[in-house]
Amino acid sequence: MTYITKPRLHHPLLQPNGLGFTRRDYEGKVSTLCAGCGHDSISAAIIQAAYELDLPPHRLAKLSGIGCSSKTPDYFLGNSHGFNSVHGRMPSVLTGANLANRDLIYLGVSGDGDSASIGLGQFAHSIRRGVNMTYIVENNGVYGLTKGQFSATSDPGSKSKRGVVNHDQSIDLVGLALQLGASFVARSFSGDKDQLVPLVKAALAHKGAAFIDVLSPCVQFNNHVGSTKSFDYVREHNAAMNRLDFIEPRAEITANYAPGEVELVVQHDGSVLRLRKLSPDYEPTDRISAMGHLQLHQARGEIVTGLLYVDPEAADLHDHLHTVHKPLNQLTDQELAPGSAALDAINDSLR
Amino acid sequence: MSLTAVNDFVVKFANVNGSGSASANGMFAKSILRMGVPVAARNIFPSNIQGLPTWYEVRISEAGRLGRRGGVDLMVAMNPQTWDQDVASIEPGGYLFYDSTKPLPPSKFRTDIEIIGLPLTAICNAAYTDPRQRQLFKNIIYVGALAYLIGIETEVLDTLVREEFGSKPKLIGSNLHALGLGRDAAAQTFGAPIGLQMRRSEAVGDRIYVEGNTAAALGAVYGGATVCAWYPITPSTSLAEAFTEHCQKLRIDPATGEAKFAIVQAEDEIASIGIVVGAGWNGARAFTCTSGPGISLMQEFVGLSYFAEIPAVIFDVQRGGPSTGMPTRTQQSDILLAAYASHGDTKHPLLFPEDPAECFDFGALAFDLADRLQTTIFVMLDLDIGMNEWLCRPFKWDDARKLDHGKVMTYDELEAGRDFGRYLDVDGDGIAYRTLPGVHPDRGAYFTRGTSRDPYARYSEEGSVYVGNMERLLRKFETAKSLIPAPIARPAKRRTPHGVIYFGSTTPAMHESLELLDADNVHVDGLRVRGFPFNDEVMDFIAAHETVFVVEQNRDAQLRTLLMVEGGVDPAKLIPVLGYDGSPITARFITDEISKRLRGLTRAPTPLVAE
Repeated sequence: MTYITKPRLHHPLLQPNGLGFTRRDYEGKVSTLCAGCGHDSISAAIIQAAYELDLPPHRLAKLSGIGCSSKTPDYFLGNSHGFNSVHGRMPSVLTGANLANRDLIYLGVSGDGDSASIGLGQFAHSIRRGVNMTYIVENNGVYGLTKGQFSATSDPGSKSKRGVVNHDQSIDLVGLALQLGASFVARSFSGDKDQLVPLVKAALAHKGAAFIDVLSPCVQFNNHVGSTKSFDYVREHNAAMNRLDFIEPRAEITANYAPGEVELVVQHDGSVLRLRKLSPDYEPTDRISAMGHLQLHQARGEIVTGLLYVDPEAADLHDHLHTVHKPLNQLTDQELAPGSAALDAINDSLR
Repeated sequence: MSLTAVNDFVVKFANVNGSGSASANGMFAKSILRMGVPVAARNIFPSNIQGLPTWYEVRISEAGRLGRRGGVDLMVAMNPQTWDQDVASIEPGGYLFYDSTKPLPPSKFRTDIEIIGLPLTAICNAAYTDPRQRQLFKNIIYVGALAYLIGIETEVLDTLVREEFGSKPKLIGSNLHALGLGRDAAAQTFGAPIGLQMRRSEAVGDRIYVEGNTAAALGAVYGGATVCAWYPITPSTSLAEAFTEHCQKLRIDPATGEAKFAIVQAEDEIASIGIVVGAGWNGARAFTCTSGPGISLMQEFVGLSYFAEIPAVIFDVQRGGPSTGMPTRTQQSDILLAAYASHGDTKHPLLFPEDPAECFDFGALAFDLADRLQTTIFVMLDLDIGMNEWLCRPFKWDDARKLDHGKVMTYDELEAGRDFGRYLDVDGDGIAYRTLPGVHPDRGAYFTRGTSRDPYARYSEEGSVYVGNMERLLRKFETAKSLIPAPIARPAKRRTPHGVIYFGSTTPAMHESLELLDADNVHVDGLRVRGFPFNDEVMDFIAAHETVFVVEQNRDAQLRTLLMVEGGVDPAKLIPVLGYDGSPITARFITDEISKRLRGLTRAPTPLVAE
């Protein structure tokens, strides 16, 4: 066997969630990534988010492209269907899957090579179409599986492990997502679980194109001095705009905050995003101001994290296409084939 | 001696692209049909919106010979740019109809043809002042003149005008007026019709007149397609557009106005096929339509569909090579590209419709095959079938027909504890069961990858596991042979050691050629191949003949290559007959090529006009 069997033993004290599932029920196969890889922390955050959301695992489909990050869907949510597709093309596959059945939750996992280089076009077009999905880029600025080449999110001046300096401008996926009309845009850090888990929960509950750029250092090829994607560098330059508490629909809101400190955003499904502001002039429901703020802070060398933009009432691709509520993959033969009488009328019109 | 014929001749219109000639020429062809006489009209057009030469060739044949014959009996020469070649293409004794407003030197004409000059521009300028009207109505005027000259009933054309402009009564009057101007001018100028004549007939029967792209799109509707992702490319664009129109009429929920379909114009062909693969993985019937360059771009995903076993349908409306120019001309040149698309060891089922009626049938069947075989099915149209209106049998649908969704394991089966291995061959036909996302809370989920997994979809890079899977895929391809529509034989009048294999849009020209050869005591058995992998009947046919011609519209004899490779056929036995200049292959060309080889000489020219 070339996979590692995971023992099915459960700790007897594991807490079940509202559906009776424990955290283990949301796990997947044993990760084959390097020890200490940031991506594994993101997988753990996804597991935690799904567990806390009481998500039925089979109601989510996980899709990815190619690369280290794209291998990870095998390592979480083992009871969900997964699709490791082709390099840079996860967004189109996810779009098709979403069109086929609008009732499932779609989680796309990709990397900076997968989404910022070969797949930049599909990244852009899936977002501008408003596909209802959570799109996570596990961003380490480097090609890991092919051993350490720069990716398109590497910052100019950043040094590779072999000492080569990158001179190309970096692609800022968060800036692009904002400009392309994503209705939920966030950035986080694999090393900050407290920040990441609520963001993933909020994104999964969001209707529309939700994008999260997660800085996820590559311990093997991009965690050295001179890299701008190392654990140390990201920690030193992390500028969180806010802290998010995700409150599920119908949950009671208890804590009281002084006005101006907290912003409550109610999403389409009734879930509440409680944002504790860390940057007082930041307005996360205003796309233009978010774009300006982002540029300003990035120009100062800060890595801006947090929930950067949300449109809680966004429409999605199905709204634009005006498709039926019943999933297309469940329409019956009678609903699909118009029948011989209609065909006879068509024949008559062609004579 | 001028040609004389009734209900059997070729009219060709030479026009300037963008001059509004298409609708006038279309009306001309349709009027022939309405007189009950079979017609085949082919548009030969440039990769251009306005200014370049365009032709419209109308074959009128009471006998129902609807392929291109070759040669022109009546040329309507409306384009000075192509005058010389147009005049040269007329059969001896044929007719040249032209706009005689500007005098042309005698050197511009031929003495062995009949010259029919009418001052169309002058007539038009006298009747209209608006420049656009002058241009558009000139086309209608020549249709009126031709109607007089070849005997198209006035009432037939008038009815067509009323149908065409039903919602715009103003245009009805002005078009009727223009038809009358042409008819009267021709009557006054010539006083008598020409030797080529139309006569009312019943030969059309219940046949319909439709483009293959429209028919294939309708087939997709009946075949249950719900997701269409596409990128504009000639000559396939009208297939996606027709699907959109059909769905607007046939697939809107009357109660809610909601769509029982999703159509996405993607950013490129790669995204198009990606969307199709994603939808197919998730259990919706999905397709894209494209042409050769699009197939090139889709290669990686087609391979993924093959290895990950995901249903997909691709309509390939074939055309000439890359870039611009030949892309608006027809060819059958993507056969090998499609059959062996992608990297690694792959091969894919192909369907070859002969006409729009079969485009409809195969358009629907392709989705059943894709689900049954869990792979990409190519429906191989070409520009000639796809973008020209063909006269064909009416579409048929059996209301008792159930869509075949193939092997999909259900919640109940999983709940009952049925063993599920995504790549496990339980029935010996090479086809494994699949599950759809969301089917069951804790059974049936699997992780989809290209290769490197065992029959239970667990990660594995072991060589023996890989080989086992690849051999199962071969078994599945073997199963496909019995599902692909069988070939259709057309035996010669007498027993013969010679056979001919052909497919797709070549069919009507081939059938005419077989009739001509038979009449000439050259006997050749015909076999129309309808798909790939080849059914056993195809190989039996080859084995039963000493020589087999393979007629195709490409340079490299691609179907012949496929027959050689897949059937282990001796190359010496298969003789290629190849017409690939971009215009649809003609009966005369095929007849000449086969005669040449069988008799070692070029046959005498066929009589051009029926006695």
